[in-house]
Amino acid sequence: MQNSPRSVARIKVDLAGPLVHAEISGSLGFESVSRVHAQLVALPDDRPLRIDLAQVTHLDTAGAWALCTLRQRIEAAGQHVELVGLDARAADVVETVAMALPEAQERKTRHLSLADRLEALGRGVASGAGYLVALTNYLGLFVAGLAQAVFHPRRFRLTALVHHCQEVGLKAVPIVSVMAFLIGVVLAFQGSAQLRQFGAEVFVVDLIAVSILRELGILLTAIIVAGRTASAFTAAIGSMKMREEIDAMRTLGIDPAAALIVPRILALLLMLPILGLIANVAGLVGGALMSWVELGISPAMFRIRLVENTDVSHLIVGMVKAPVFALIIGIIGCHAGMMVKSNAESLGAMTSSAVVAAIFAVIVADALFSVFFAQVGL
Amino acid sequence: MNAATQETVIELRNIRTQFGATVVHDGLDLDVYRGEVLGVVGGSGTGKSVLLRTICGLLRPASGSVKVLGTDMLRADDAARRAIEARWGVMFQDGALFSSLTVRENVEVPLGAVEGLDPRIRSALADLKISMAGLPYRAGDNYPSELSGGMRKRAGLARALARDPEIVFLDEPTAGLDPIGASAFDELIRGLSRSMGLTVFLVTHDLDTLHATCDRIAVLAERRVLVTGTMQEMLDVDHPWVNEYFHGPRARAAIAASRPGHEAD
Repeated sequence: MQNSPRSVARIKVDLAGPLVHAEISGSLGFESVSRVHAQLVALPDDRPLRIDLAQVTHLDTAGAWALCTLRQRIEAAGQHVELVGLDARAADVVETVAMALPEAQERKTRHLSLADRLEALGRGVASGAGYLVALTNYLGLFVAGLAQAVFHPRRFRLTALVHHCQEVGLKAVPIVSVMAFLIGVVLAFQGSAQLRQFGAEVFVVDLIAVSILRELGILLTAIIVAGRTASAFTAAIGSMKMREEIDAMRTLGIDPAAALIVPRILALLLMLPILGLIANVAGLVGGALMSWVELGISPAMFRIRLVENTDVSHLIVGMVKAPVFALIIGIIGCHAGMMVKSNAESLGAMTSSAVVAAIFAVIVADALFSVFFAQVGL
Repeated sequence: MNAATQETVIELRNIRTQFGATVVHDGLDLDVYRGEVLGVVGGSGTGKSVLLRTICGLLRPASGSVKVLGTDMLRADDAARRAIEARWGVMFQDGALFSSLTVRENVEVPLGAVEGLDPRIRSALADLKISMAGLPYRAGDNYPSELSGGMRKRAGLARALARDPEIVFLDEPTAGLDPIGASAFDELIRGLSRSMGLTVFLVTHDLDTLHATCDRIAVLAERRVLVTGTMQEMLDVDHPWVNEYFHGPRARAAIAASRPGHEAD
């Protein structure tokens, strides 16, 4: 039927007389419905209508839809419509379609007024504030869980903590050290090119030491960890949420915050400073190597300048940030995981938004630290 | 029904399907006739869904022939195969709706292949199919994740029916539905197959569905179609699994429940 060559539907309309007479012939289906419908819409609704369908070779639901919407329209205008010449099968199809045809409806067109836009803006601001409140809530959960672990050390999940330390810390060492090494190389290379113009090549050591120890070592480590670990936290907790494992824990009297959130964030809190330290060392090694190759500053010379000229306060300023970054990354990751709903789309959406939020928050926090240390004079 | 006078729309011959060393089907033959509702039953792991996927071309059997609407699907060229594929619809277990599209847009997807179809009419036809599948008109604006499991199945059926297929494949249409929803779905399938002249190939575990909707039942066991026939004929089959399946307490309850309806046939 459907793969027969498309015989074109034809409509003959006779408007003379008290009764509109239309005769449809050919195939009335998906292929022809657009044209047929356009012609049927033009039929007047001020007189009764009689449609002769004896010459219709094929009628499917699309054709029946055109007939039924026509009948709905004419009958709404108070006139009668008669369909004649249908065979039993076609009549069945028309009846099925007529039964299923939604009531004549107006599709609501959405129109955004100024008030709607204002409302959307307000809701956006409120949900942003709500997000910050929720993060604070999770910080509280973590601190409470930690306090509980201190008072009831037996209930603390040491195995989970060690496992997460391995996942978050040990397995991140290669990428973090390679990244920091390359950053050191780049700094030495770019710094030497600039400083050579003033004959101040030797200051490249200070440039590398200060920028890596104060800022880049820990910031870039935090960004890498945010990408690696925040997403892993969200995906792991989120998939447990999807499979109702979190609900199962609650019914079994296990606190999901203590079981899932505390070991993860604590592991991050312990590991990020260590990763930061590794990044600092790798960055300095990279910088020293490039200074040697590019400027002829020997490693011994590099070490002497580093020890004599670089104050330990730079290292402290850098490392102080590590626990804060760890908290930000861990809390954002765990919170996003708990926000996953029961479908797979939300898991993907929450994972990517957790990474973006964590990286953004880390950079904002770093900027706030810079302002703070500048004011304090460190 | 007299099978000899009926047009065969699906013809499986000597199908062998295997995954690695596991042979799922071996020497499987099956005929499906135009206009009938065929229910496929079998224990877990007998390859009911595998059979459905084999016919739909999602799985390629190791050997054998699959003929649908007169075309040999394993040997036909792409164009011929696509022409046949346009004449069937598949409803997957959980609807398998595209999650990024609304229900209406989902139903419009198969209609997009029709040339020269006015977009407004396409959307109205999608609404019609949504309503034919027993969903409220407003459901078309929702995304699949906003629907309940039963509604997703109905939306999946609406998409399968979008282009007026001649054959509809249903994978576990009533699994996971409550009894009221399941029997409403049974009636829907029965009604649509009658009024639209649909051939329905359904895989199910649900004895009530078998009673309420199926003209014929095919039992999968021992890696092939063990026996086909009406519900009544199934009761007389002498095979341990078939016997247990159709004479178990659940089967007796289902037969008792559907008896008045069956005598009218």
